[in-house]
Formats: sequence, C-alpha cells, structure tokens
Amino acid sequence: MFRITPHPIDLAAVRRQLLDTGSGAYVQFEGWVRDYNEGQQVLRLEYEVYEPLAIKEGQRILAEATQRFGLRKAAAIHRSGMLELTDVAVIVSVASPHRSEAFDGCRYIIDQLKSRLPIWKKEHYANGTAEWVNCQHCAEAGHPHQA
Amino acid sequence: MKIEIHYFAAFREATGIDSEPVDTQAETTAALFAECAERYPALRNYSASLVAVNDEMADWGYALANGDKVLFFPPVAGG
Repeated sequence: MFRITPHPIDLAAVRRQLLDTGSGAYVQFEGWVRDYNEGQQVLRLEYEVYEPLAIKEGQRILAEATQRFGLRKAAAIHRSGMLELTDVAVIVSVASPHRSEAFDGCRYIIDQLKSRLPIWKKEHYANGTAEWVNCQHCAEAGHPHQA
Repeated sequence: MKIEIHYFAAFREATGIDSEPVDTQAETTAALFAECAERYPALRNYSASLVAVNDEMADWGYALANGDKVLFFPPVAGG
C-alpha cells in the first residue's frame, strides 16, 4: 500500500495494518523534518507531489521490494504540502519472517522512493529565503539535463 | 505534431508556467527539452532531471507521438 497524504501520518494505524501471524520481524522507518541542511537553518519544508505518477511508481517500488526480499507485507506513506520541524515526512513499514530481509527491504524502499518519485522538497530558511533542494547544486555544476 | 508540456517545482518557477501546448518537430523527449531550454534558458541549469510521457516514466530517447502529454521533472527529492 502506497499513499500520499496532506495530513499527519497515523503511525500506529500503519503498524496495525501490517500485523501478521506469519511475520517475525517488523521494521518501520520514519523520515523527520530536521532544522538544518547544508549550513542553513531550516524552519519548515514544503513538498510538491505529482500524485498520479508518484502513486503508480510508489506501488511499483513496494512490489519490487516484496518480491526481491521476500517480504510478507510492505507499506509507505509520503506527506505533501507544508510540514513543520519534527513532523513525519515519510514512513516505510515492512513485515517479514526474519529481521534481515525486513531491514534490507525497508532500506531498499526508502532509497528508491527518494530517487524515483516525482516529489520535490522546498526548504524555507530562517533568513527568509526558500530553495528547492538539490537544485542549487545542479545550477552550480552546470550539467546538461540528460541523465 | 502537437504536444502538451507540463513543468513542475523548480521548472515551473524557471518557466513561469504550469503547462503549455506546443507544435514541434522534435522527435524525442531530449530534443523537445532542448527546444524548451532555448525558450527558457534557466532550464539548462539542472542535471539528473526526469521525464514522463502520458503519466508513465520515460527516458530521454522516447519517440514522441502527436497528442503526447510530456512531463518535465527537475531533480526529485522525496523523503
């Protein structure tokens, strides 16, 4: 199950949905809004999401991880909109028979979510400015757009 | 052929628009992006951009067809 939501994520509800008599391990990763990045003091974050494709691609990533690591269940939820410090921006939860594949599967899912989903993060700073994350680097590097 | 282009996040701010219809001879997504970057030079400043066509991820060699909806994504940053 992959979802995008503008509302706070109910962490306990996700765990309840994954409870499973065939699983001996459950791993839940939470991504939090941190108050600094690259020397800047961050006040809040804003996520822009292109939902039709983010949901499709998110479900694809969960299916890949389920098959590759032999997970019993997997779920992820990503926030959209404006978030404050310590808010949970993303959650990944997996259940599997043993802990090793639960850790590996969870790691795979969060890494893939970060690099493949059409989601953009704008940081709002204490000095009153705001920047799309990563883009300043790209501008400085001056690389062409082709991958 | 007629193509509908959509811009997101930093690309929307760089172009000043969400989307636009274009009539183009560009045969691939890369060629179409290059055309757009001529009109909006700020688009050249990004590496690792992604492209989708008709709500499916695509690559920069994708062969465009009349009526395609092309989405240009600046570098993504989920999580």
